[in-house]
Amino acid sequence: MAFGAFSNVDAPVVEAPRRRSRAAFWLLLPGIAYLGATYLAPLVSLIITSLKAPDLVNYDIGRYLYAFDIGNYATVLGEYWPIILRSFEYAAIATVAALLISYPLAYFIGVVLRRYPLWQALALILVIAPFFMSFLLRTLAWKAIFADEGPVVGFLQHLNILGANAHLNGTPFMVIFGLTYNFIPFMALPIYTSLERLDLRLLEAGADLYANPASTFFRVTLPLSLPGVVSGTLLTFIPATGDYVNASPQFLGSTQTTMIGNVISDTYFNLSDYPSSAALSIVLMVLILIPVGIYLSLTKTEDLL
Amino acid sequence: MSGLAEGAVLGRLEEAPRPLKRPKARRGNWGVAFYSIVILVLLLIPIGYTIVFSFNIPARTNVSWRGFSLDNWATLLSDPRVVAAFGSSILVGVAATLVAAALGTAIAIALVRFRFRFRTGLTLLLFLPMATPEVVLGSGLGSQFLNIGVDKGIATTIIAHIMFCISFVVITVRARVASLDPAIEEAGRDLYATPGQVWWRITFPLLLPGIVAAALLSFALSFDDFIITAFVSGNFETFPKYIYTAAVRAIPAQANVFASIIFLLAIVVVLASQFSAAARRRQLAREG
Repeated sequence: MAFGAFSNVDAPVVEAPRRRSRAAFWLLLPGIAYLGATYLAPLVSLIITSLKAPDLVNYDIGRYLYAFDIGNYATVLGEYWPIILRSFEYAAIATVAALLISYPLAYFIGVVLRRYPLWQALALILVIAPFFMSFLLRTLAWKAIFADEGPVVGFLQHLNILGANAHLNGTPFMVIFGLTYNFIPFMALPIYTSLERLDLRLLEAGADLYANPASTFFRVTLPLSLPGVVSGTLLTFIPATGDYVNASPQFLGSTQTTMIGNVISDTYFNLSDYPSSAALSIVLMVLILIPVGIYLSLTKTEDLL
Repeated sequence: MSGLAEGAVLGRLEEAPRPLKRPKARRGNWGVAFYSIVILVLLLIPIGYTIVFSFNIPARTNVSWRGFSLDNWATLLSDPRVVAAFGSSILVGVAATLVAAALGTAIAIALVRFRFRFRTGLTLLLFLPMATPEVVLGSGLGSQFLNIGVDKGIATTIIAHIMFCISFVVITVRARVASLDPAIEEAGRDLYATPGQVWWRITFPLLLPGIVAAALLSFALSFDDFIITAFVSGNFETFPKYIYTAAVRAIPAQANVFASIIFLLAIVVVLASQFSAAARRRQLAREG
């Protein structure tokens, strides 16, 4: 459902006579075996790597032996907990901001523009347009626009909102701005898909029963669009927590805005400290799955796909 | 309003009668409209910026605007490293899309058409790759290739890209399979079509719009992926990887040109598919 916007579902859904068959087995086997080998096996590989210990006899950078060193977890948690906390904080703020920005947009496209299909199609294309332009180049474009000599900083200094020596790039604001910007389409599309199916007669029924627009919204529209909100929130929060492009000093961040993804990539590439990198990845995965599980059980959205 | 839109509007009016005048709601709609247009413009600013700077007068860096020129477009192929990186990304994107589309379509058909055990577990397995942060997917596959001693390069990059595209293909094609009436295939079989004929002459053409949408999405995801690619590609350089490395010094304007070309091509494909869908709807409305 996440990218339902791409699929023009105009025919009614037809329930097939479901049957058990060996055909199902052969249809599923290649794809499932593939995911087993390239998704599940690497997770096992990560756990094994996270428990490795350095080879003290033939010491070399990037050389580790199979071991059962749970101490790796204690080390990374002790060393990086402020960064882990910061990642969740940035991702949470960006998710809320993206939700507040995207909901009216999705409502506009899915409900208001419903009577103008051409405009609706055009607006949808504009929402998915960022997918087709390099994410790194778009982020660098923001960096240039918000640069110290750029138009935005100059304007804000002219209004005395920013001091003469102030800058925006490298600040937490900029990282959260970048994250929010990047995930607006991921938030807006699933919400749009939910709102597009909303029966407008329900809103009229609400008005007929003397509900004011606000209570119609909170008691009819919002609950009916909840599956889209859940889906969009997950599609934003999860990748945002692990993102390391926005927070990297080459892009919108600085050494003060390091997120957990930056640490995972630095320990992997620069230090060749594969056990620490793997342990942090497992920690991130577990820490994300806990709130996601709670969130899903609270909102009771079983059919995620 | 064009005839196209009117046809579609009239088609919809039959289902739901136009509501009576509600001035309050309408005023609210103008607010939402204004707000949405502002957001859409914001979404497009970095895209516009990238395209505009592909026309900058060339110099050592491409940060400040020096004036309009077509030089970067004319000297598109002058930087062999950008060209190689761009070609690599196209190759990886096409290969990953073809395999992911085949594997994902098969799963989508099985999910809609058949009942089987472990359905919940399977749904979870399809959902999890989308619910796992990219750094975890990347470092996991990277560690696995390291542990089993596989050299990283173009093959490992394609393997990784297929993995993260499959789930997106499944969700996109599934909607299309669900809207396909099995009776049509039944009719084909009744007329003594072989299973191959049923697939190539009935099922596949009917699923095609969904498969095309899924392929477009897969290609876009693969072409733009940086984080996972970084962990699994070794010295093999894709377009995003090149940009990330070049961002330390200066990105040549040719990178903007290539990104603009891909963007404009994708928009043309999307527009064409939207218009053909609109034309089909109009035809359906006319035939009643």
